[in-house]
Amino acid sequence: MLKRIEKKVIVKNKQGLHARPAALFVQIANRFDSVIKVLKDDQVVNGKSIMGILMLAAERDSEVILVAEGTDSEEAIVELERLLNSDE
Amino acid sequence: MNEIILKGIPAAPGIVVGKAYIYGREDLLVERHPIIEDQVPLEISRFEDALIQTRQEIIALQKKISQEMGSEHGEIFDAHLLVLEDRMLIEEVISKVKKDKASVDFVFSEVLKRYAGVFSRIEDEYLKERISDINDVGRRILRNLLGRKRKGLADLEDRVIVIAHDLSPSDTATMHKNNVIGFVTDIGGKTSHTAIMAKSLEIPAVVGLEVGTEKIKNEDVVIVDGSSGIVIVSPDPETLKKYEVQEQKNKGVLDNLVALKDLPAQTLDGKLVTLAANIEFPEEVPSVLLHGADGVGLYRTEFFYMNRTDLPTEDEQYDAYKNLAVTFKDKPVIVRTLDLGGDKFISTFNLPKEMSPFMGWRAIRFCIARPDIFKTQLRAILRASAHGNLKIMFPMISGVEELRRAKAILEEAKAELRDRHVPYNATLEVGAMIEVPSAALTSDILAHEVSFFSIGTNDLIQYSLAVDRTNEKIAYLYEPTHPAVIRLIKSVIEAGHKSNIWVGMCGEMSGDPFLAVLLLGLGLDELSMPSVSIPEIKHVIRSVTLAQAKLIADEALTLSTGAEVENFINKKLRDILPGLSGDQA
Repeated sequence: MLKRIEKKVIVKNKQGLHARPAALFVQIANRFDSVIKVLKDDQVVNGKSIMGILMLAAERDSEVILVAEGTDSEEAIVELERLLNSDE
Repeated sequence: MNEIILKGIPAAPGIVVGKAYIYGREDLLVERHPIIEDQVPLEISRFEDALIQTRQEIIALQKKISQEMGSEHGEIFDAHLLVLEDRMLIEEVISKVKKDKASVDFVFSEVLKRYAGVFSRIEDEYLKERISDINDVGRRILRNLLGRKRKGLADLEDRVIVIAHDLSPSDTATMHKNNVIGFVTDIGGKTSHTAIMAKSLEIPAVVGLEVGTEKIKNEDVVIVDGSSGIVIVSPDPETLKKYEVQEQKNKGVLDNLVALKDLPAQTLDGKLVTLAANIEFPEEVPSVLLHGADGVGLYRTEFFYMNRTDLPTEDEQYDAYKNLAVTFKDKPVIVRTLDLGGDKFISTFNLPKEMSPFMGWRAIRFCIARPDIFKTQLRAILRASAHGNLKIMFPMISGVEELRRAKAILEEAKAELRDRHVPYNATLEVGAMIEVPSAALTSDILAHEVSFFSIGTNDLIQYSLAVDRTNEKIAYLYEPTHPAVIRLIKSVIEAGHKSNIWVGMCGEMSGDPFLAVLLLGLGLDELSMPSVSIPEIKHVIRSVTLAQAKLIADEALTLSTGAEVENFINKKLRDILPGLSGDQA
C-alpha cells in the first residue's frame, strides 16, 4: 500500500544539514523505495538528491518537513528523523 | 620594473621563489545545437555514457589519492560521486533534453550553471565552497561529453608556481611536489579543499588573492609567502635577497625541528623554560604538536564570536575546549576569555564606534558589563577543565578591582555548575594578562589574586609608549627594547616571583630569537609564541646559560635607548650563537 507520511522535524545536527549529515541523509533516503521530499520555508526538494538537500541550506535548529510516500514510507521517516536528531 | 605586492589568505606555510605558470580556465563553452525528436534517445545515451566514464575516472583518482595521501583526502571525491549520481540533476537534464530539443552538452552546462548560481547566492561559507566541487565534476562530465582531454598539472615539466583562478580537487590531486613548488589562487578560503590539500602536500600557497591571474603573467618571477599570505610579483633585488635568506633559514629550522622536538627547552646550566604555543583555531593543534610545544600559552577565543549573527552556546564552546584539554592531556592549555574590541570587532554586538577603541569598552571591561555572555564562556571552560589541564586568563586587567570582579563572576559560574551537578576542576588556575601599564605597576598587588601572570607585550608596548601600532607615521616609536618596556617587564617578573607565582609572556616579543636571551635573563618562566617559532627559540635557550643571560639582561637594563639595547643584545647573541642567521624581525 502506498502510504504518505508527513512529519515536522527540527534539525539538530551541529553543522545543520550540511557536509556529512547531508551526504548521509541522501544515502539513507536512497535505500528506500518511497518518494522522499523535504520542505523548508517555501522550497521543496527531492530528498534523494544531494544538490536538493544542500540547496535547502537548513541550519541547526531550523524546521523542515519530511514527506515520504510509498510502501516503506514509515521506516524511511523513522530513519531520516533519527539522523536529523543526532549530533553527527 | 617595480615589484607588486599582493595580499591574500595564507593557506599553507613556507616561502618559495619561482617562475609563474598561469593555469588558465578551461574553455568549455558550448553552443546550443537543436535536435529533432528522433535524436533524443541518442543524446540521453551519450549523457549516460559520459556519466559512467566520469564515474570510472573519479573512482580511479580517488583510489590513487587514498593510497598516496591517505583515505581522508580520498573522501573529497565521495562528494563528487554524490553530485555525479544526483537524481535531481540527472532527471532535470534528461527532461530538458526532451522538452527543449537541444543537445545534451548544452542542456547540461546550462543546468550546471543554474545550480552554481543558486549555491553562490546562499550566504553560507560551506555551500560556497561546494560550488567548486560541482563545477569540478561538471567540467569532467562535459569534457567526456565533448570528447576532450585536459593538459593537467601532472604533465608539467618545469618547477613552477601555479597561478590559477581556482584549483579543483582534481587539479590539486594530480599536482606533484616536484613540479609545483607553490601556488596562488584568486578565490578560496582557509578551509577550501585547495588550502587543505596544500597543507598536507606541504606546498606553500596563498588563496583568495582576487587579482592574481590579472596581475601575474607567465614566466614572471614570483615570491609566495604562504605563512603571511603575501605574494610579490617581479621583486626588487633586495626583496629577493631577503626572501631567499628567509627561505634558507626556514629550511634549516625545519631540519632542526625533528631533532629538537622531544628535547626540553633547558639552558646549559639547567634552567627549564616552558615554551608554549599561541593558537586561535583548533586546526592549528597538529602544528603545535609537531613543533614540540609544552602546551598552549594563549588560546584566543574570539573566533567563536566572529562571522555570525548569534552568540556561541555553552555546549559549542565546551566541545572545543574539551577537545583541546583531551588532546594536550596534562600539558597546560591557557584559555584567554573573550578579548573583543581594539582591532578585533564582532558583528554580533553592534558596538558603537569609539574615538579610541584600544582604550575603550573592550575585553574584560565588556565581559564584566555583559555577565550573561561572560558566564556562558566561563561555564564552558569550567566544564572542559574536568578533562585536562586548562587554565583561565583574563585579558586587559587594569587594576585589582577589575580582577576581583572577574573572579567573582567566575565563582558565580562555578556555583551554577554545582547546582546543575556538573563536574569541573575546583583547583583550576586563574591568571591575569599584564598588558596595561597600571597593571604592570601594581603587579605586586595583583599577584595575591592569581596563580600566574602572562605579559601581553603588543598592548603593553603601545600603551606604555603611547604608540598606536597601526599608525605607520609613528611605527618607528614602537620599540620592544625601549628601556621603559624592559623595566616594566622586569618589575612584573619580580613582583610575581615575590608572591611565588610564575610569569610568562605571550606577545610577539616572545617569538623573537634575538630577544629570547634578554627575556630569559629577566627571569621569565614561560614564553608563548606562534608554534613555528618554537624550535628556533628552543635552540637559543639550549645554547646559553642562565648566568650568561642574566648578565646580558643586567647590562641591557643600564642602557638609555631602545636602539642601544637592541644593538647590545644582537652583538652578544652573535658572539654566543654565530650560526643564528637573518636579521632581527
